[in-house]
Amino acid sequence: MTLRAGPVVVQVERRTAAVSSGLVAVAAVLALVALCYGQAWASPTEVFTALFSGDESGFVIREWRLPRVTAALVFGASLGLAGAIFQNLTRNALGSPDVIGLDAGAYTGALVAITMLNGTAGQLAAGSVTGGLLAAAVIYLLSLNSGLSGLRLVVIGIAVNAMLTALNSWIVLRAEIDVALAATGWNAGSLNGIDWAEARLPFAIVALLVLLLVVLSNEMHQAALGDEVARTTGVRLGRLRLLMVLAGVGCTATVTAVAGPVVFIALAAPQIGRRLARAAGVPLVPAALTGAVLLLAADLVAQLLLAPVALPVGVVTTAIGGCYLIWLLGMEVKRSG
Amino acid sequence: MGSRLTAEDVTLGYGERMVSTRVSLAVPDGAFTAIVGPNACGKSTLLKAFVRLLTPSSGTVRLDGRDVSGHRPKMFARQVGFLPQGLIAPENIVVRRLVARGRYPHQSLLAAGSAADEEAVRSAMAVAGVTDLAERPVEELSGGQRQRVWIAMVLAQETPYLLLDEPTTFLDITHQYDLLALFARLRDEGRTIVAVLHDINQACRFADHIVAMKGGRVVAQGAPADVVDAALMQEVFGLPSIVMANPVTGTPMVVPTV
Ligand SMILES: Nc1ncnc2c1ncn2[C@@H]1O[C@H](COP(=O)(O)OP(=O)(O)OP(=O)(O)O)[C@@H](O)[C@H]1O
Ligand SMILES: [Mg+2]
Repeated sequence: MTLRAGPVVVQVERRTAAVSSGLVAVAAVLALVALCYGQAWASPTEVFTALFSGDESGFVIREWRLPRVTAALVFGASLGLAGAIFQNLTRNALGSPDVIGLDAGAYTGALVAITMLNGTAGQLAAGSVTGGLLAAAVIYLLSLNSGLSGLRLVVIGIAVNAMLTALNSWIVLRAEIDVALAATGWNAGSLNGIDWAEARLPFAIVALLVLLLVVLSNEMHQAALGDEVARTTGVRLGRLRLLMVLAGVGCTATVTAVAGPVVFIALAAPQIGRRLARAAGVPLVPAALTGAVLLLAADLVAQLLLAPVALPVGVVTTAIGGCYLIWLLGMEVKRSG
Repeated sequence: MGSRLTAEDVTLGYGERMVSTRVSLAVPDGAFTAIVGPNACGKSTLLKAFVRLLTPSSGTVRLDGRDVSGHRPKMFARQVGFLPQGLIAPENIVVRRLVARGRYPHQSLLAAGSAADEEAVRSAMAVAGVTDLAERPVEELSGGQRQRVWIAMVLAQETPYLLLDEPTTFLDITHQYDLLALFARLRDEGRTIVAVLHDINQACRFADHIVAMKGGRVVAQGAPADVVDAALMQEVFGLPSIVMANPVTGTPMVVPTV
């Protein structure tokens, strides 16, 4: 299937297009349900009136529920993208940023921004990205002589993740009590109480990163043919990989800066998307859409499970993710054993 | 005969392991060159240096007088196409999509698939005999079919230079001769072909220029009739043989006497 928009021509597999449309539809339904849900359920009609009329009665839906739903969708997509990028880079289903310690690194950076600086939104974002990049650099250096792909990098990443998690606990323990409390709640990964003001900067960053990925997408497809063919057909592999790492860390660190580490989405969404689309490599669009659906669904569950107490969404994703990770590790060990 | 693509005194290896020391080769323009030699003598390594996959630790590989590493990657890829040994296709990719990947160096940042691209892909698939397989996933094909798909991909790249590492592997005898005849035809159209071949008789029959390698060195090169004889077979392959004229083409034909 060929899509044309002016000079831009994109080849899309029919199945990928169908799966993507399906995921968009699921996301739309979930979004509607999430907008209806609250201390008092609103009817879909009330939701639409609130969204499009702008009168006073729709305030809660427009200013409280809508930013949360949008954040779940955008952050879920962002995490799905981050996972797909790193799974493509490492050629391993386990090579996702939450498993190999990039989330933990981003969280360390954010903790430093809170405990040692003022913890403004800009500092948080910068701290997270720096932390994530540093973690990526450490893993890269440690696995240099065994190559970027394969289970070894993942194992090194899991070790780095464990060390960083310990470091994070230590920072929180040492911190002032009020800072520590805030950091702990945030540690679980939560969308509770997010508003437009808070979401503006991360949304803008994610939009920029998506733009970068659109520009890189053709090159990334080419790189999937293997290093030799990619390079002899003109791909600058070194530059491409560096940009992919930057984009991937950016995607995951942006979410971490606002919501704390939300695990599992980056790990599972790309694989679910890939299986649904039966596409070559780990495709980005299905990964992003699956991520959006997963995070929104998880956030709904987090709100509904112990209502009226809203759990941090990270608790839900950690619970599901743990089981998935065990299963995946089992498969992976079987494959390489 | 001129040479736009040359290797001068290049030393090649992987880390500590040296494969070739100070080897030189000028690829004759508009000719079909066959590289022959025993396993592990450095044929693939030399090809990799020509296509910038391997940087020589000394010496220079040049295209049009300029060091190949100084060319812009896509520009170089419009000049020189390469088919490596032992390729594995990504999962789930269908033949047409894989062949279309050969068009990458001709595409700008966002536009994938102009009319010229479509035509190049169609004709490459026709020439390589994979048109009927267009919508099949590559991993479900036979070894020979897959090899032809990869050949179609390099052909779609439409480069004046075509470097191929053992392109006839996995092919049945008919497809081997079809492919070699195709290279001869492309050569007649003005393209330059360099192929690593293991069948010395096929090399003699179809190539204009034979390069015989052993232990990382070029031992002999020239027209098949001038270089291929019993002494060369003994020196390069350690194979006692008699060399006679091919009854069909008159080119040298090697018959081992073991
Ligand atoms: N990636 C690599 N890393 C280390 N050594 C390598 C690598 N590739 C090849 N070699 C070594 O370099 C030498 C030459 O290998 P090369 O692949 O050039 O041989 P070849 O002439 O193409 O052989 P064949 O006919 O089997 O394809 C061999 O000793 C081989 O073991
Ligand atoms: Mg070889």
